[in-house]
Amino acid sequence: MASASAWMRSVTPPQGRSVATTESAAVRWLLVAVAVGFLLLFLLAPLVAVFAEAFSAGLGAFLAALVDPDALSAVCLTLLVAGIAVPLNTIFGIAAAWAIAKFNFFGKNLLVTLIDLPLAVSPVISGLIYVLLFGRSGYLGPWLAAHDIKILFAAPGIVLATMFITFPFVARELIPLMQAQGTDDEEAARGLGATGWQTFLRVTLPNIKWGVLYGIVLCNARAMGEFGAVSVVSGHIRGETNTMPLHVEILYNEYNTAAAFAVASLLAVLALVTLVLKTVLEWKSARAHARPDIATAEEVRV
Amino acid sequence: MKSRLQRRSVLPGFGLTMGFTLMYLSLIVLIPLSGLVLKSATMTWPAFWSTITEDRVLASLRLSFGGALIAATVNAVFGFVVAWVLVRYRFPGRRLVDALIDLPFALPTAVSGIALTAVYAPTGWLGRPLAALGIQAAYTPLGVVIAMTFVGLPFVVRTLQPALEDLDVEIEEAAASLGAGRFQAFVRVLLPALLPSLLTGFALAFSRAVGEYGSVIFIAGTTKTEIAPLVIVTKLEQYDYAGATAVALVMLVASFGLLFGINLLQRWSRRQHA
Amino acid sequence: MSIEVVNIAKTFHTFRALRGVSLKIEAGELVALLGPSGSGKTTLLRIIAGLEQPDEGSGPILFDGEEMGHRAVGERQVGFVFQHYALFRHMTVFENVAFGLRVRPRKTRPTDAEVAEKVHALLRLVHLDSLFDRYPSQLSGGQRQRVALARSLAVEPKVLLLDEPFGALDAKVRQELRRWLRRLHDDIGVTSVFVTHDQEEALEVADRIVVMNEGTIEQVGTPDEVFHRPATEFVMKFLGNVNLFHGRVGGGKVQFAGVSADVPEGSVEDGAPLLSARVFVRPHELDLSLTPAGRGSFPAKVTRIHSAGPVVRLELEAETGEQVFAHIDHLRFQALGLSEGSRVFLLPRDLKLFTEDFSV
Repeated sequence: MASASAWMRSVTPPQGRSVATTESAAVRWLLVAVAVGFLLLFLLAPLVAVFAEAFSAGLGAFLAALVDPDALSAVCLTLLVAGIAVPLNTIFGIAAAWAIAKFNFFGKNLLVTLIDLPLAVSPVISGLIYVLLFGRSGYLGPWLAAHDIKILFAAPGIVLATMFITFPFVARELIPLMQAQGTDDEEAARGLGATGWQTFLRVTLPNIKWGVLYGIVLCNARAMGEFGAVSVVSGHIRGETNTMPLHVEILYNEYNTAAAFAVASLLAVLALVTLVLKTVLEWKSARAHARPDIATAEEVRV
Repeated sequence: MKSRLQRRSVLPGFGLTMGFTLMYLSLIVLIPLSGLVLKSATMTWPAFWSTITEDRVLASLRLSFGGALIAATVNAVFGFVVAWVLVRYRFPGRRLVDALIDLPFALPTAVSGIALTAVYAPTGWLGRPLAALGIQAAYTPLGVVIAMTFVGLPFVVRTLQPALEDLDVEIEEAAASLGAGRFQAFVRVLLPALLPSLLTGFALAFSRAVGEYGSVIFIAGTTKTEIAPLVIVTKLEQYDYAGATAVALVMLVASFGLLFGINLLQRWSRRQHA
Repeated sequence: MSIEVVNIAKTFHTFRALRGVSLKIEAGELVALLGPSGSGKTTLLRIIAGLEQPDEGSGPILFDGEEMGHRAVGERQVGFVFQHYALFRHMTVFENVAFGLRVRPRKTRPTDAEVAEKVHALLRLVHLDSLFDRYPSQLSGGQRQRVALARSLAVEPKVLLLDEPFGALDAKVRQELRRWLRRLHDDIGVTSVFVTHDQEEALEVADRIVVMNEGTIEQVGTPDEVFHRPATEFVMKFLGNVNLFHGRVGGGKVQFAGVSADVPEGSVEDGAPLLSARVFVRPHELDLSLTPAGRGSFPAKVTRIHSAGPVVRLELEAETGEQVFAHIDHLRFQALGLSEGSRVFLLPRDLKLFTEDFSV
């Protein structure tokens, strides 16, 4: 109990808050306990469960599940999908942010809303729209069949559905960032004789690099982990059109739980790496964008 | 075209970036989405109506929207506490907790789904004590709500955090100097100031939970606890494209209505804080 | 209600904001806490209000002799006006002013009709009655400040505390509001303390001025006293412009800028040994003439003339090398016929000298 009371004393208001605007130690402790307890139950327990289940049948079974040919082909397909979708969406994000943040035009708000649209669409519906387009009875289905082009239930369909799902991730990080930065720097560069490309590469890009990386990290995590949309368009052909999340589902539904969790643990590691990168990038970009005159002065009441 | 759209600027690249943006947006998002609308337009009204009023479809819509409503409410309460604690207090492990909040964003939904099922199944770490109390979590609507709460939590916390950080300390001090107790200051001054952000977070969590598929289907089971996205998948597997489209359209309209509402809310709160 | 604080210290982290400050404010006074930023003036005000706790070992905080140190801010019956107004954005002007009445315990809470009557009376007092249903975002800075004042008065405070009340306003509104605050204080007579870094504001509005520097009080006095009889070098420099000369003092004489003058009464103890001294002369207390004007005058050359404004401001260079500023009126300036490069003689009408503690 000694450690509990030490912990209780360690819950303090941040520096600079006065007596009048903070709660009693008991209330503070209670709120922290509620918050941490809630997160333990809802967030930490499932995360730990993934690794516990993955090793429940021993290390040998864990490794066997990972080197299984179907698992390896799922890993390859996942990397391929992310390798196509993420760069394309990154280029799009930068282009869209440039047009939206650096210029004024009619309909800007509408465009921003349209870019966010895929976030409001259920993943299953994101898959459905491609089925309606490319499916056997879809709009382009007969033509594709006549030319022997496979999109649905093949890699191209999976890539397209993933692109739709991860479409806004880079753009929505960059638009507010570039809007906040304004156009002064670029106009100054142009005034000093830089070409458009030089201006972008030497002035704009260094200012947004952490934001771009941040967007890429989020986009990649979603691209590798997407399940609902991909599930609808993939056709679940083992060793061919299964991404890692789909492989997890199949193993799980076959009651091969330990193997399912073994593959899932790889994805969980990816998620943890994403969280670490995200935290680091947030810290980096906060430092890069902190104006020295505003951010460094420590708050001292005088 | 260019001169009408764009006010003069010395910066180059508007035509190129704007053109690429519109083309890519159309190819990936707008044309496929409009395919859905076109498809549903080929259905007759009675056919559409009878599809979405099937008992099974209605039950799934009720579960998806009702469950999402409960999950978003739970998140609004606990997410508020979490955001408050992260912004207002300093305690060991705070940074770790802060980083962990985004886990539901980062963890693939299928992984969350099987992990939640493992934890809340009658043999799981939390499922067993719950079962001892006579509560079955997995394979019931309760399990659906748990999974929906899991995916929605970061939305509430991440919209509230900046709003809490921006609150002016002077406002709380003013309330205290006028004789308001801590609880009165919270209810009358802090909560109204945070309400737009709280509602936005709630709406985002709700919207995510309604459409959620991967995290929910494993813990939901398949028989009585069918969510609307699962109905769409089932209809697709039976090649009932029209039926799937009808259900999807109902969900889409609801989602876009929400998106529109969130935009209005954010505009309103920006105006109030001007 | 009188206020007395005894030996108050406050440390933030490692920063010592107050180093044992004692002060007594009489009932009905309007007092300014004046000092540069970092001097501890706002901290002192917040400790009086109860928004900040003094360090352990500090003395009591007394209102009319009654200890307040253990009471929370809401129980001290103080009105506090914040630098940035701290109006509640989601409430109208009326609701803001009514807030303090509506959060009272049910037993002492006034009825809605009483609240309305009181709020409208206060809004009339601050000339804002017609704007009662506006939101703070629809008001100008000066109007917001007056709402903040009305809100703080609604709880019938025994003490009114204002933190840089005009700091965020532009110069013209500032001047109007400070005259208005003076009149308001004379009407309602509540003991008031305001914090400012603007010496002009303090000199114009306050009954007494507390000059603070680096967590201590340098001097307490009426505006006349602190301006004309500064107790320390800091007060001399902080209140208005000064010319500084390094000199030596002894035998009732002070030598600086190549001249010798009588030591003002009371500045140095008689019979003290020869000390090095810092001599201060305000620019408007220098007489200019074209010929030597007695023993105390010293020669200088005009280097720059600024004649736009109510007085003519001259920059000069004494023969001993010091840069000197002098303010003279336009009539005198024309009579002397000065131009840049003119040679003149400067005669200090008044001077203050402070011997250096550490010198022999």
